[in-house]
Amino acid sequence: MELLNQVTQFVISGLATGAIYALIGLSFAIIFNSTGIINFAQGEFVMLGGVLTIFCINALQLPLLAAICAAVAGTTVIGLLFERLAIRPLKNATPLALIIITIGASILIRGVVMLLWGKDTQALPAFSGNDPISIAGATLLPQHLWIFGVTILVIVGCRLFFHHTISGKAMRACSFNPRAANLVGVSVGRMVLFSFVISAAVGSLAGVIIAPLTMTAYDVGVMLGLKGFCAAIMGGMGSGLGTVLGGLILGTLESLGAGLISSGYKDAIAFFILLLILFIRPQGLFKKGETERV
Amino acid sequence: MRKLITTALALFALLCLSTVAFAAPPIKIGGLFAVTGPASFLGEPERNTAQMVVDEINKAGGVKGRKIELITYDTSGDATKAVQLVNKLIKNDKVVAIIGPSTTGDSMAIVPVVERAGIPLISCAAGSKITEPVKKWVFKTAQNDGLAAARIYEQLRKERKTKVAILSVSDGFGSSGREQLKAQAKAYGIQIISDDTYGPKDTDMTAQLAKIRGSQAQAVICWGTNPGPAVVARNAKQLGLKIPLYMSHGVSSKKFIELAGDAAEGIRLPSGKVLVADLLPKSDRQKGSLLAFIKDYQNHYRAEGDHFGGHAWDAVMLLKGAIERGGDTPAGIRNALEATRNFAGIGGVFNFSPRDHAGLTKDAFTLVEVRKKDWVLVK
Repeated sequence: MELLNQVTQFVISGLATGAIYALIGLSFAIIFNSTGIINFAQGEFVMLGGVLTIFCINALQLPLLAAICAAVAGTTVIGLLFERLAIRPLKNATPLALIIITIGASILIRGVVMLLWGKDTQALPAFSGNDPISIAGATLLPQHLWIFGVTILVIVGCRLFFHHTISGKAMRACSFNPRAANLVGVSVGRMVLFSFVISAAVGSLAGVIIAPLTMTAYDVGVMLGLKGFCAAIMGGMGSGLGTVLGGLILGTLESLGAGLISSGYKDAIAFFILLLILFIRPQGLFKKGETERV
Repeated sequence: MRKLITTALALFALLCLSTVAFAAPPIKIGGLFAVTGPASFLGEPERNTAQMVVDEINKAGGVKGRKIELITYDTSGDATKAVQLVNKLIKNDKVVAIIGPSTTGDSMAIVPVVERAGIPLISCAAGSKITEPVKKWVFKTAQNDGLAAARIYEQLRKERKTKVAILSVSDGFGSSGREQLKAQAKAYGIQIISDDTYGPKDTDMTAQLAKIRGSQAQAVICWGTNPGPAVVARNAKQLGLKIPLYMSHGVSSKKFIELAGDAAEGIRLPSGKVLVADLLPKSDRQKGSLLAFIKDYQNHYRAEGDHFGGHAWDAVMLLKGAIERGGDTPAGIRNALEATRNFAGIGGVFNFSPRDHAGLTKDAFTLVEVRKKDWVLVK
């Protein structure tokens, strides 16, 4: 019975962590889906969400909701500037060059945040208290429900946007074949800009809702970004359910691994899975071959 | 004519040399601190404090009339960089003694270098292995983590708790603490029934804690530095863990209470005395140094002095004493350092000897508990 309780706790904790990975994975996939770039500054967008919210609350004395909006807006502007100043000016750059630029940007953002707000870890107050909720012998914090809720909203939003709006379809078209998309009148540049804006917004939102749980500092983006990337790879870099499932599976396996096998192997498990998938199913766990028509 | 010029030049050269001798060049001391990087919470207050203390010594006329010049470099907590920088300090800057580095990893990396060069080093890191076994030129001011482990075990024995669970961070600090906890358990009649770790960047430790909750443990000892332990505290509260939670001295600053919030209530930890200087009885020998240090730091940096800064305070003051007694050569400083007795500093009362280059006993730690977002002494 005790073991059953424990396993329930492992799974529920894992799902909660997995939802965080999923959300970050989604923001990776959004950019990849319209540009083919893997944006390694994604973790920094997540970090910015949390750090800016805390800044707005402490220094500007804004109420929580306003602070969150300001932080997400702020990060979105940074995403926009990033695309305008670092990605756009490079005509015909190879994906590799672009990826290296995103790595550079991530180091730059981290450095600037460290200089502006210091190196200390900071915590955001939980949105709706810290009283644990018990579910089937396991406990969960109200903040976890926020994470689940926001993740679901973002998935639904992405789905609607990418499959049922002109802009979303245009963005997907760009990812499949930018040249062809251009020929039929899609402004590829604008779609790339869109994707950076949306993914910065999603990433920072993720950062905001996880900050009360995991706390935040200038360097939290690295690990979160990596795990989110893992989730996106598992989902085959799709912007939908695949990535979310990838994140949830990753979180659950990590948690089960830490609880049942040894906590020392937690990160090793994540990266082992990542490598395994890259070897066996580079197209992701849930993706069929590249036959989709747009 | 040529002879005249040569003589003039020789005279001039002599004059130059003698002026140098008259002006008494400053005594050069090196400082290696992890001011940036993951260990910056150690390195920054250490560098600040070292600079503050050196400035004060110089303002008061220096050591035996000679100024001290502190040359500090930032290791970023990177052992490779630490080795490069220590070579620079020894070869280019020609320092006579070095304080720092901030982390055990950095310290261990430069130990062979200072040993070979014969330059006294006063490390500000906590790992016991820095001075065990004793190395001729290496001293340290940070309390050994073994002493903190002993302090926790002593309390557990007092409360007749014999089964503990350990949860340590998987970095140098955590694994060293874990070794100490395991090594000393037997002496205190304690049985470690669960031994888990977490990654320094982990954000959820419920899996490990759920496992501990299901065990027979009567207390949990978590060994790490912020922010991990704050997450552990929050997760423990989330899981409704009923047994007492002990932390290491690695989180003994107000920052921990701030991060853990309500979940910090009731948590106990061994701490250097800086944190509770005003609560200490008047009879405590360190009280004078402690209050002076806290006041100074407050005046200089508008922040509370912590024990990390304290380690640097101790290192500089120990050096000052050693130079006063042993002269300004590396060998003289080393011998005088080794002969230091009863120096009541920030970290504790130091007694160095040829067999002990760490110099502290477990009295350097006091056990504190978090109550109403502040520290109280555990009797």
